[in-house]
Amino acid sequence: MNLATAYMGLELRNPLVASASPLSQTVDGIRRLDEAGVGAVVLYSLFEEELRREAERFAVLGTAGTESFAEALTYMPEAGESAESARRYLSLIERAREAVGIPVIGSLNGVTPTGWTRYARAIEEAGANAIELNVYDIPDDPRTTGADVEARHLDVVQRVLDTVQIPVAVKLSPYYSSLGSMASRLAAAGVDGLVLFNRFLQPHIDPDSLSVSAQIELSGPSDQRLPMTWIAILRGRVGASLAASGGVETGADLARYLLAGSDVVMTASSLLRHGRDHAGTLLNGLIEWMQAKEFSSLEELRGLMSVEREPDAEARRRAGYVGMLEAARQTFNA
Amino acid sequence: MRVVVDGNEAAASVAYRLNEICCIYPITPSSPMAELADQWSSEGRPNVWGTVPTVVEMQSEGGAAGALHGSLQAGALATTFTASQGLLLMLPNMYKIAGELTPTVFHVAARSLAAQGLSIFGDHSDVMAARGTGFALLASDSVQEAHDLALVAQAATLRSRIPFIHFFDGFRTSHELNTIESLSDDDLRALVPEELVHAHRGRALSPDRPFIRGTAQNPDTYFQSRETVNPFYAAAPAIVQDAMDALAGRVGRSYRLVSYHGHPEAERVLVLAGSGAVTARRTVERLVGDGDRVGVLQIRLVRPFPAAELLAALPPSVRRVAVLDRTKEPGSEGEPLFLDVVSALGEAHSSGRRELPLVTGGRYGLSSKEFTPAMVAGVLEELRGERPRRRFTVGIHDDVGATSVAYGTELDIEPPGTVRAVFFGLGSDGTVGANKNTIKILGDAGLCAQGYFVYDSKKSGSQTVSHLRFGESAIEAPYLVSGASFVGCHQFGLLGTIDVLGRAARGATLLLDCPEPPDEVWDALPLTVQKQVLAKGIRVYAIDASRVAREAGLPGRTNTVLQTCFFALSGVLPRDDAIARIKDAIEHTYARRGAEVVERNNAAVDSALAALHEVAVPGEATSAHDIRPPVPDSAPEFVREVTGAMLAGRGDELPVSALPVDGTYPSGTAAYEKRNIADFVAVWDPDTCIQCGSCSFVCPHSVIRSRFYEPGQLEGAPDGFPSAPLDARGLPDARFTLQVYVEDCTGCALCVEACPVPNPTAPSRKAINLEPREPIVAAERERIAFFETLPVNDRARLDYASVRGAQFLQPLFEFSGACAGCGETPYVKLLSQLFGERLMVANATGCSSIYGGNLPTTPWTQNGDGRGPAWSNSLFEDNAEFGLGFRLTADAHARLARERLGGLRAELDGDGLVDDVLAAPQVSDTELQVQRARVEELKRRLDGIPGRAADDLRSVVDHLVRRSVWIVGGDGWAYDIGSGGLDHVIASGLDINVLVLDTEVYSNTGGQASKATPLGAVAKFATAGKHVPKKDLALQAIAYGSVYVARIAMGADQHQTLRALREAEAYEGPSLVIAYSHCIAHGIDMQKGLDQQHRAVASGYWPLMRYDPVIRDRGGNPFLLDSARPRMPLSEYTKSELRFRSLARTNPAEAERLAAAAQLAVEQRWQLYEEMATRGPERFQPDTRRTSA
Repeated sequence: MNLATAYMGLELRNPLVASASPLSQTVDGIRRLDEAGVGAVVLYSLFEEELRREAERFAVLGTAGTESFAEALTYMPEAGESAESARRYLSLIERAREAVGIPVIGSLNGVTPTGWTRYARAIEEAGANAIELNVYDIPDDPRTTGADVEARHLDVVQRVLDTVQIPVAVKLSPYYSSLGSMASRLAAAGVDGLVLFNRFLQPHIDPDSLSVSAQIELSGPSDQRLPMTWIAILRGRVGASLAASGGVETGADLARYLLAGSDVVMTASSLLRHGRDHAGTLLNGLIEWMQAKEFSSLEELRGLMSVEREPDAEARRRAGYVGMLEAARQTFNA
Repeated sequence: MRVVVDGNEAAASVAYRLNEICCIYPITPSSPMAELADQWSSEGRPNVWGTVPTVVEMQSEGGAAGALHGSLQAGALATTFTASQGLLLMLPNMYKIAGELTPTVFHVAARSLAAQGLSIFGDHSDVMAARGTGFALLASDSVQEAHDLALVAQAATLRSRIPFIHFFDGFRTSHELNTIESLSDDDLRALVPEELVHAHRGRALSPDRPFIRGTAQNPDTYFQSRETVNPFYAAAPAIVQDAMDALAGRVGRSYRLVSYHGHPEAERVLVLAGSGAVTARRTVERLVGDGDRVGVLQIRLVRPFPAAELLAALPPSVRRVAVLDRTKEPGSEGEPLFLDVVSALGEAHSSGRRELPLVTGGRYGLSSKEFTPAMVAGVLEELRGERPRRRFTVGIHDDVGATSVAYGTELDIEPPGTVRAVFFGLGSDGTVGANKNTIKILGDAGLCAQGYFVYDSKKSGSQTVSHLRFGESAIEAPYLVSGASFVGCHQFGLLGTIDVLGRAARGATLLLDCPEPPDEVWDALPLTVQKQVLAKGIRVYAIDASRVAREAGLPGRTNTVLQTCFFALSGVLPRDDAIARIKDAIEHTYARRGAEVVERNNAAVDSALAALHEVAVPGEATSAHDIRPPVPDSAPEFVREVTGAMLAGRGDELPVSALPVDGTYPSGTAAYEKRNIADFVAVWDPDTCIQCGSCSFVCPHSVIRSRFYEPGQLEGAPDGFPSAPLDARGLPDARFTLQVYVEDCTGCALCVEACPVPNPTAPSRKAINLEPREPIVAAERERIAFFETLPVNDRARLDYASVRGAQFLQPLFEFSGACAGCGETPYVKLLSQLFGERLMVANATGCSSIYGGNLPTTPWTQNGDGRGPAWSNSLFEDNAEFGLGFRLTADAHARLARERLGGLRAELDGDGLVDDVLAAPQVSDTELQVQRARVEELKRRLDGIPGRAADDLRSVVDHLVRRSVWIVGGDGWAYDIGSGGLDHVIASGLDINVLVLDTEVYSNTGGQASKATPLGAVAKFATAGKHVPKKDLALQAIAYGSVYVARIAMGADQHQTLRALREAEAYEGPSLVIAYSHCIAHGIDMQKGLDQQHRAVASGYWPLMRYDPVIRDRGGNPFLLDSARPRMPLSEYTKSELRFRSLARTNPAEAERLAAAAQLAVEQRWQLYEEMATRGPERFQPDTRRTSA
């Protein structure tokens, strides 16, 4: 079965992409993802804020206690420091590119305009096949308008597009007021791929210890609906590759997303939950389904269930909405 | 090329480039030479022949010398860097190296030897102790010479085949920054041509042309063989001079083996070597200019002694000679240089070659004691007298031997254009770093610059004084600055404790970092300071640098702000030029830490000058407060007169008679020094507290004390004295108070971290919290005074098998100068609480000997009965053996006491007391208390009994109470330098206890790797990450079967810590307790030290365990695994520590590889431990002292 697919102009052997997770934090981890069969790997995000904090923290820790006591004017070896705080990340890209044949996609979450462009360039120079922008911040100032947020995100993306030559994807938040408009404007600006959707770590309060924790919850099948809806809507209507992300558990889930119109399907949670080799299970499930349905290539099925294919999009939208209400009523016996 | 470097770098730069192998071991003040060599090697920097030298850290200086000897014999060019005790450990090899005519150069930052006390500071005691080895001794007097003569020594050793010690004064030269002309690789190659290297290799051991070297010789030939080397020594001086001349030919700097400076027809002359010669030269220049017929002979080649050159250099007009030695040889006829000069002159005289002048010999500058122009003039003046002292000292007041030469208070001989500045700061505020930057900036701007930095003896809240000079001509003034035109006081509080303006010249500028608003600065100055300002016409400027730094996002780092102000006020460079150069320096210093850090420092520079203002100085001193006395008037006389003087910075003024003759100092003097170093201190919340004892258990500085008492004892308590009902069964009415000694608190916050109770109404607060000190300190003083009137809880009524119970025990180790949040001192304090009354501590040199015994104050103290730990530090390498000696004596004297007691039974008994004493079990505290009471009764009955047996018993009777002997030291001692001794001592079967404070690096000397350093961690000498796992000391000890072993981590399990220490002490045999000690050298937030301990255990890196041979004897499994299976990956532990993280920034691939290997090592060790914990007892080595199988 030919599962080859294109994503942002990159040739992938199949549409399953390992999205950012601890599994891709080491070269060995990336090599094992490659061996497990994924089509591409998105590395964990390089967080500019984290690098800033780390640089400051290292500055404090590296100088703590220095020039205070005659016998120990320093405590850390001089050569133990490096100018490039992103060195670890960039080295991972360099070594991953040497170690595997599949595309390696860097991921960046910037803060400052110079940070976005500086690190994007560094990621390109390290050899990444593409870059995914993890554009997210909480607009916690109540005076910030939706238009402000959108303008800022478009500005960031434009700066990166002006800086690098490799394909650029944007991992979208589902919380724009009008996601379609935002997606269209990003694509018009030259973005090569849109990833739907970013999942955000949200704090959790423990009433026993009176503390706040940042628990990570893996996504599940219920997280598919929103991205699937939007992929179905955007398919064929924006000039960028589409990647679905969230809630993939089985080969059937791959099929669903591809039917909705995604070019590739990303998963981290299922690989974390079941291990890297689950990639093979997912792909086999997809192949078995394709065989059962007698599809011979992805092109035949991709976007079959998208809005673009529906002659009366408005009717489908209404029907879908009504259908969902109906289902809810039955579930909760309301 | 002109560069600004210190003496260590000056010497190391040449040594590194001219060698193939460096065998190293850290010792102050030479460690930076080894660290630089290691750094350069790890960076791949080649020597002048294009190969990268190998740098290998050994387990001791003895090991380094052995490896060096082997390297040399195998044909390499090899060197080492050392000082003091380190050089002494090399002596055996040095005789061999010299006896075999093997070329090498040892670069020595000359330092005092430990005698009545250890000193890290500079003098020639160490190199003079090596003068019999056959090594040549070549003395450099300055940073430039340390550079140049390092080359001369290397050239001369290869030509002469005599090994060299090239030395310069520890700290004074090794740590002085100065502008020098550096030698190029071509310069080095020119003096050390490859033919010499090849000749050295040609003499090496090789199986391709075999021979035997290192035979054992007999009476028939040893003597003659020893004489074979004479021609080589005879030729050496000329060879050294040739090398000096060759150097002069290339670079224009001319040196002589013995050089004379002064009046061509001088009558009085000084003779000396080292940095003091610079001061003497410059002073003599001035005196000759004033018309004096004086001179100075500087000896550079001390061995082989250049008698002919000395005689040739000394003007025939000289009538009187004073020879100054920077060492002390008690009992000798004179110090070495003096004896050499006397013998040279005497021999010349006896053979009729010259008149014999009067020669006197004196000591100066021991342990970096200042040696100033006034002292030089004083000695020359002494020579003018009718009967100058034959033996003398200068620089101290010897009121016992009357040896001291008088000298004036000041003699300013410095060129008029020299700018002199002093800066007072704290180690933590970056003052020294900024001043080092300033020196580099001015050096780059074409000025000559000098910097010397004085640090205090504490590791927390330590003060620094920076002495800086700048000028158009070379700065040749190896003594502290006086008459400063600029004084920076970077900590306003220092004005109230030390004499900040004592070094200020008339009309000087004073820059204050002061939080007060401009119009309140003057009133905030102590009266004495105001008077000094008025008397010296000082202009005062102030800035709230803390605020400027805080606003720039650099809280606490005021250095760049104040540096900018210095440049603006001193005018040493045009202002804009200075600011541009400061920013360049910031870029250079901080670039590797990220653009963000650079930006913040630049912002601090930009906002500094706007916040600087001049303080209006009124006509009179009006301040209502003054400099505080260093200790209270109520302190004992010794503390007031001696300790107090040292604390106030007047220790130099103490006469010989004031000081103990044998290094014996009173315990417990730290309690008199109220340092008030923390702005935020621990404050107890009685309503939230559950009285668990965790906070005081972990307090590194013993500032949190608990007592319980009857309610009636609250009578007379000061207002607001906090008290809560005691939370304990059986004492329903008792009250409880937890008192924080706020003036001694360092604000480390370990107590807050350890507190398990959040305040239910304010979740971010706990039952103990940090709050500002200033508003509460006065009230707390009263509360502490009242708290101390409450009776200390009776040990007999305490259950100190529990953490909460143990915390009612009085700590007999308190208020040490250890780092804020130290990971070692909580264990040390606990020892003192548990066993203090009968504790003897042998303490290896290192952090614990420094915070435990570095004057002025002593933290080991005594209880109300006058009992407490007897503490001593012998050396670094011998500590286990030293402690074993305590045990041997205790056992011998206990035996003697028992024998004598048996012999005096008739006189002493009547009621079974003697039998009770002899048969008493002494394991539990109750048993020990009862025995103590019996022995007291025995002493009463002994009173008045005449006879030798009774006298004998009186002298040893205290030994009838079992002594607790603890051998305490760090991992550098236990895993490396003292490893052999430790191994031997725990194999002795004797009842000693070893506490290893394992920080996993040589903490005291600045974080060099030891065999305890974990796999993958970066440390000095393991810059590329440690490649070998940490040694499992516990398993080694377990192998003997007779050793109680425990691995503990207070931050992970306080109860297990307590239990292990008590079991170890109670065990009748050797015990080894290895304590995880978080450390500033780990690159951690010290406030989170306990969290790191927890993670170390939870990740399986530091499995808690105990091995108790008694359990095996009883048929059980002696291996007790006290921590749960690893429940987090190792990375959860390592991610917060810079020592693990920094490699990921420099070499991510290697960091990943080592991290994976480290994780595997943790898992494998856990499997082994788990298997051991489930074995049958028969599979462990039995304690063969007791059982046969």
